[in-house]
Amino acid sequence: MTTMTLEPPRLVRTKPLLEIRDVSRSYGEVRALHKVSATAYPGEVLGIVGESGSGKSTLLRMMNLEELPDSGSYHLDLPDTPGDLFELDRFARRMLCATRIGIVYQNPHLGLLMKHSSSGNVAERLLIAGERRFGVLREKAREALSASEFPLERLDAPPIELSGGMQQRVQLAKAIALEPALLLLDEPTTGLDVSVQALLLDTLKRLQQERKITMVIVSHDLGVIRTLADRVMVMRRGEVVEVGLADQVFQDPQHPYTQQLVHAKL
Amino acid sequence: MTRVLDIQALSKGFSLHHLGQDIAAFDAISFSLDAGEFVLIKGINGAGKSTLLRTIYRSYLPRGGAVVFHSAHGPIDLARAADVDIAHLRRTEIGFVTQFLNARPRVSAEALVAEPLRLAGESADAALHTARGWLSTFGVKEELWQAYPSTFSGGEQQKVNLARALILPRKLILLDEPTASLDAGARAALVARLAELKENGAAMLGVFHHPGDVADLIDRVIDLTPDAAPEEDREDVAV
Amino acid sequence: MSLSDLAKPWAAMSYGFLDASAKRELRRKMVKAVAVPGCQMPYASREVPMARGWGTGGLQVSLTLINPKSVVKVIDQGADDSVNAASIRRFLARVSGAMTTTDTLTASLIQSRHRIPEEKLSDNQVLVLQVPNPEPLRPVQPNMSIARQMHADADYSRMWLQLYEQIVCSGRVMQGASYPSLVNGRHVMTPSPIPRWDVPKLHMAEHLTILSAGREKRLFAVPPFTRVEPLVFDDVPFQVEDHADLSCYRSGARGFFMNEIPQDDGTSQYELSDSEYGVKTIRDREGDPVRFGETWYKNGKFS
Repeated sequence: MTTMTLEPPRLVRTKPLLEIRDVSRSYGEVRALHKVSATAYPGEVLGIVGESGSGKSTLLRMMNLEELPDSGSYHLDLPDTPGDLFELDRFARRMLCATRIGIVYQNPHLGLLMKHSSSGNVAERLLIAGERRFGVLREKAREALSASEFPLERLDAPPIELSGGMQQRVQLAKAIALEPALLLLDEPTTGLDVSVQALLLDTLKRLQQERKITMVIVSHDLGVIRTLADRVMVMRRGEVVEVGLADQVFQDPQHPYTQQLVHAKL
Repeated sequence: MTRVLDIQALSKGFSLHHLGQDIAAFDAISFSLDAGEFVLIKGINGAGKSTLLRTIYRSYLPRGGAVVFHSAHGPIDLARAADVDIAHLRRTEIGFVTQFLNARPRVSAEALVAEPLRLAGESADAALHTARGWLSTFGVKEELWQAYPSTFSGGEQQKVNLARALILPRKLILLDEPTASLDAGARAALVARLAELKENGAAMLGVFHHPGDVADLIDRVIDLTPDAAPEEDREDVAV
Repeated sequence: MSLSDLAKPWAAMSYGFLDASAKRELRRKMVKAVAVPGCQMPYASREVPMARGWGTGGLQVSLTLINPKSVVKVIDQGADDSVNAASIRRFLARVSGAMTTTDTLTASLIQSRHRIPEEKLSDNQVLVLQVPNPEPLRPVQPNMSIARQMHADADYSRMWLQLYEQIVCSGRVMQGASYPSLVNGRHVMTPSPIPRWDVPKLHMAEHLTILSAGREKRLFAVPPFTRVEPLVFDDVPFQVEDHADLSCYRSGARGFFMNEIPQDDGTSQYELSDSEYGVKTIRDREGDPVRFGETWYKNGKFS
């Protein structure tokens, strides 16, 4: 196989919003990530595919600063966050996470207070950022839920009473409430009915286009990645085996593993 | 004439690892394309016509050679350009027209057609207005404009697809059998739109089952039929 | 010189019941608590002849602070005459030789459960409040390790979320007692289950307040002249209980915190929660010479 190496970007002059370099992480004998690098440009959707245990979710947790690597660096091109984010102290990481990064987990229990109201779940983000006006909290929670196409008549219903698809919409509203620079999606539609899944993907696509949010979406479902991602990164056993434009990776996969994945799933 | 595309010794093949096979598509193709020029690619089945278009568009990764595109920002080799640069060019300068619509659930026909305009920065209202104009030109009935194209017949989907693909003027337009499954009215509208784009300086490279449809537009023909090139069955390769 | 000359004479127990090392630890923790207002200090809660949950935290602080010149007042829900208050008062006097009183003005050490007296305390008085649950974050963060981190980060967004939820679900803030309050602009504390009515009394008060939880083994303090601000939204003002217009059926006093006494016919009668203030009012009405102190609330308005 003779793949030509690509040049660095020439037309796109903006710096990547997200830049992860040579991140490695081991749990004892298990190598979860090995020298993984990733970039995402402003407004771009980066898809990460790979089977369970490929390290894709670990990588996403690191992007959300929930976990730190053994080595490697992480930069976000944001005002007042210079330097390697992995070097920040716990408090600075937490504040950055709460204000600039949104995340939607596969399991809504990880992202939501199931017995609080849905609007309260969204309001919590704003409270962390220091908003202390009840009226504003209420209005902004309503706005974010509406943007996530959540039925507003259920504004104050606790997530535990909602369907899986609606719970994901509450997570999404919470994630976008503060207009984050980066939105992370960890298998956001896995486990939902196909029709519900399609509607949620559509909402994500619309939000992405309207707000130009940079997104990183992790999924083992190639259909989800194909619908949303501009570029795709294929991971296997903690390493990146292939990166490319989404249509190229799906139509002309280079790596044997990617070919196998594409053939098996389509 | 202004040069738009310079293709130099472009090669493409596919390694199918699980079969241990290597399939060559085409080898060392060179030609160029000027602004306002319409070039037909012809060749026997499996000569790699569609593959060539997709390789230029970078849906396929070339194996060798260069595809120098003279963009608004200067010449750039599409064979080696960074992914983000390609994505940028696809949004702004290079169009690809296929016969298949990528319908999305719950997105109306008019919204789908207006999307490239909105992404290019036009206001939602203006984009929608232009989109309706094109849907009408391509003969999509007005009662379908707000319906979801995923429920349309193949022919209607194709009209929506063309309206969407051709709504924005591009410097380079790649056409992959866009006339297949079109009725006469839509075909006429398509040819008229292509003529208009050509008139405004778009360079076009096309594969047509029935080149007669666009006979009046064709400036040059490039024949990919190789003397003794290995056969390629496109259906197998387009993984 | 023999060894017995150097040793103290045998005694049945230490002065003030607690042994010297226990009191030394408590004094140190109290000094720390005063130094970092509102921050919970862990301490090794000792056994006292009372069950946990009955005021052992307050009792240990009182036993540490007490001396023969102290004048002790003990209140339980505002009353000096409940069994618990009377027992603790008698115990404190017995082990220390201190005097006891029911008059807020003459007391130097006041141990209280759930109330702050209506008469203003001064800079020579110490108020000891018994606290059942010292951790304001427990309802929102059951994991105490994370709660500690939240205190360290001054991350109290979940407390506000709780208020948000109450307004959303009930139309108003439902938190009655233990209203979470920000101390000195830094730590959120639960001011023991005192009613909202009493929270403003802690703000910039002249006296020292020590809050102590024996079962949970934590104490914290509101030093004199320290800001104590109840958590509120900017656009939903803090409100104390609506007792300003109620009058006590026994003493006729008005404008203070009342206990509601339901009647058989479905109505309610009210009596002053601060029993000593009620007693003073009645004695004054009957012509006895009585000295009233300045009160925090005047005509039902905090001043």
